[in-house]
Amino acid sequence: MTPNPLIFTPLLLASLAVFAWGCWRRLSLISLGKPEDRFDRLGTRFGEMLLYAFGQKRVLAKPFGINHFIIFWSFLILIVANTEFILNGIFPRTVKLIKLPFELYVPLAFMIDIASLLALAAVMVAVVRRIAAPPYPEARTPEAFFILGLIATLMLASFGLNASELAGYMFRSNSDPASFLATAQKMMPVSAQLAGLLPQAHLGAIHAVAWWAHALALLAFICYLPHSKHMHILTAIPNCFFRRLGKPNTIPREEFRIGNTFGVSEVDRYTWKDLLDSFSCTECGRCQKVCPASITGKPLNPRAVVHDIKVNLLENGRLLKKGLPPETPLIGDQGEGSVSEEAIWGCTTCGACMEACPVFIEQMPKIIELRRHLVETEARFPEELLNLFENMESRSNPWGIAPSERTKWCSQLEVRPFDRDTTEYLFYVGCAGSFDSRSKHVSVALAQLLDRAGISWGILGKDEKCCGDSVRRLGNEYVFDRMARENVEVFRERGVKKIITQCPHCFSTLKNDYRQYGLELDVIHHSELLRDLVKDGRLVLDKATGELGTTVFHDSCYLGRHNDIYEAPRQMIEMATGAAPAEMGRNRGNGFCCGAGGGRMWMEEHTGERINLTRVKEALEEKPDTICVACPYCLTMFEDGLKDVNAEGVRVRDVAEVMAEAVLH
Amino acid sequence: MLIVVCIKQVPDTTQVQIDPVTNTLVREGIPFIVNPYDTHALEEGLRLKDRFGCKVAAISMGPPNAEATLKKALALGVDHAILLSDRVFGGADTLATSNVLSAAIRKLHEEVDHVGLVLCGKQTIDGDTAQVGPGIASRLEYQQLTLVDRIVNLDLSGNTIRVSRKLEGRHEIVEAPLPAMLTVVRELNRPRYPRVPMRLSAVNATVEVWNNQVLKLDEQKIGLKGSPTWVSKIFSPERAIGEILGDGYADPEGTAAILIEKLLAKDMLPI
Repeated sequence: MTPNPLIFTPLLLASLAVFAWGCWRRLSLISLGKPEDRFDRLGTRFGEMLLYAFGQKRVLAKPFGINHFIIFWSFLILIVANTEFILNGIFPRTVKLIKLPFELYVPLAFMIDIASLLALAAVMVAVVRRIAAPPYPEARTPEAFFILGLIATLMLASFGLNASELAGYMFRSNSDPASFLATAQKMMPVSAQLAGLLPQAHLGAIHAVAWWAHALALLAFICYLPHSKHMHILTAIPNCFFRRLGKPNTIPREEFRIGNTFGVSEVDRYTWKDLLDSFSCTECGRCQKVCPASITGKPLNPRAVVHDIKVNLLENGRLLKKGLPPETPLIGDQGEGSVSEEAIWGCTTCGACMEACPVFIEQMPKIIELRRHLVETEARFPEELLNLFENMESRSNPWGIAPSERTKWCSQLEVRPFDRDTTEYLFYVGCAGSFDSRSKHVSVALAQLLDRAGISWGILGKDEKCCGDSVRRLGNEYVFDRMARENVEVFRERGVKKIITQCPHCFSTLKNDYRQYGLELDVIHHSELLRDLVKDGRLVLDKATGELGTTVFHDSCYLGRHNDIYEAPRQMIEMATGAAPAEMGRNRGNGFCCGAGGGRMWMEEHTGERINLTRVKEALEEKPDTICVACPYCLTMFEDGLKDVNAEGVRVRDVAEVMAEAVLH
Repeated sequence: MLIVVCIKQVPDTTQVQIDPVTNTLVREGIPFIVNPYDTHALEEGLRLKDRFGCKVAAISMGPPNAEATLKKALALGVDHAILLSDRVFGGADTLATSNVLSAAIRKLHEEVDHVGLVLCGKQTIDGDTAQVGPGIASRLEYQQLTLVDRIVNLDLSGNTIRVSRKLEGRHEIVEAPLPAMLTVVRELNRPRYPRVPMRLSAVNATVEVWNNQVLKLDEQKIGLKGSPTWVSKIFSPERAIGEILGDGYADPEGTAAILIEKLLAKDMLPI
């Protein structure tokens, strides 16, 4: 029985209409978003798209990614077979691949046959994985099994179709079945194998069943695609194209004008790219598996945040298009479609989710936009932040200590004010380095090393102000904006060009965030500077220090993930101790936050296990004598965590202290 | 009903230094803040506004730059902000200050709306006298409820207020007819944080300035001339005792040993 175009064609048209309607609906929802320019450097974008969407580079970063890679590429190949199938359904017997030149047809048929087999195998593996060891328990959704079942049906039906057609040729040509199949097997190994098993009497019925099974599965797939998370098949590719080039380590500025809104409280206040992100998420769960908040039992789950944005958009889209107020609140405890305040405040802005996402969804900026709304429009935030915000505004440091005390850390040293004519580097000490009693030792060690190396440096003293990192990540953009303007003004007035920081938060803020204020500074973190000074022979290591015993290094998120500095601190430790530091299971780009970023340093941690304890325990597995860090927040979090687990024999040292131990003692 | 909140701009005392030669406060470059107790008075006024819909006026006596303090009050949501500023108000003690403030409250009462409550911080952190609030109450013949840590009930139809006063080791619940003057302690509330839209509109909002041509007070009762008290000397007390022992970071054990030795020598450790 041949396919009937009079039945198939209307069904196809109906399916395409459902498909087009679904795509239009979602694309029109995306267009509700605010404008954002993602059309620069088109060549680079195209290359990135090839690498990450078609090359699946990030998908392949995890072992199971190969399975996805196989399905993805099988699908690309099978587009040819399915196009033939559809055209053949409308115009029977007119469009056939077999009419192609033989040299072209044979490899094509072979590829299609093998691709179908690989896709079928990969889908089976995916089903088994989802049942036996799902990426996360909630991943066992009916939707996931439905789509896998649909793909499997497509593959099985296409084998049935090809096999019955092959068998048809075989019987019609009256050739010797064995030699026919041997030839056919070189062309379509799987289908030919199957063809040999089919009974001649039922070939017609088998062909018809296979054809219609394939047709219905394909049409169902077309209908279903733009209405499900599997829309990522369509959106992930442009999402890679429109990804943020460079690191997503900052967030856009806000304009403080009367009548403006601040932050995001309704889903259409996100940009179109944020909304595209939500439709590009296939809920693989890689983000939640690296999120320090999710792992330690907090309500924040980056996958759920993106999912809730999508659900909210779908539920409210109709109203928002008409300019009516939305029904489902974006911020709240209403379940799906709403993000809870506790989740919003749980983020450490460590960036692990964004590093893990195969399609470059930017979760962190979306969370900060929600914080901005809560802080700036509602003035609603965890109560411990009130003091922080007021201290930052009145005294430009988190503790509210008098600015006149900024120079106390160097009271034993010669005072060195920064002078544009005589000093090369501004040593931007930072609030922790200036006021925190433990971090002051790091400042002193660094200052002594700089002197030993003959570096020309100076400080701003009481005129130094906080860089504003914490308030920005906490969503208090208004205060950050004022702090940044003041700092930029001071840097310009004083002729500051090169800055040394010992805090990765100062480092990243001065280097990346202040660029938004038109200030390009040459900011260097002390780990890179000190490493280079040793390499250049300006710091001389007579002998490696044995004082520190075995070491393990913990990556700071704002140095590593947000700025790609992974090796400098490790090299420093190796130079100073003669041995490379041990590595924790999670290191470098996969490093685990200490728990203090994103302003979490100033907040209580009520739910789940404390993040710093989780990390301290991980470090202790390496049995170190010294845990090395390159950030004052990490320093505090580790020292606190070690006290909590009574690991008194283990020390925490900043890499500057490690170097000072080797150079100065 | 109008609620009047008296606020004062004070030097940030954590940053104040005393000139060792002249024994006066070094005011140059010292940032000013809103007197912390007054922020609680302001918050309570705003909460009553939220609850009862009454209007709130913030008044402050001080130099022209005290406008910044009143802008903060506007950013938080007060309806009127009035700066009482005139050279002849300068050098005032608590008596002269309360003369000016009560004249301004009387004017608000006559020209804006009847004043039911005046809220003040229990004291300022620069003068620490705690006299201005009671001074206002006396001049205006309002009921005087000091050290309030809770407003138990405000009955606008019955025209009474019942508050809890925080005293040493006990609380006192008192009731008084309106109008009343309350001085408040920190326990009363947690001041709100300003919202950005309000901050932005406060930037352009005007702070009314009333000088003595507006208030028309007898110059003998205001400013330096109207002040029977004046500061003859100001100094920071010498640190008589106390020393820093050893170096707790570099040598914790040695430092502990020094401490133990000292305590033993003074027979302060039970053995």
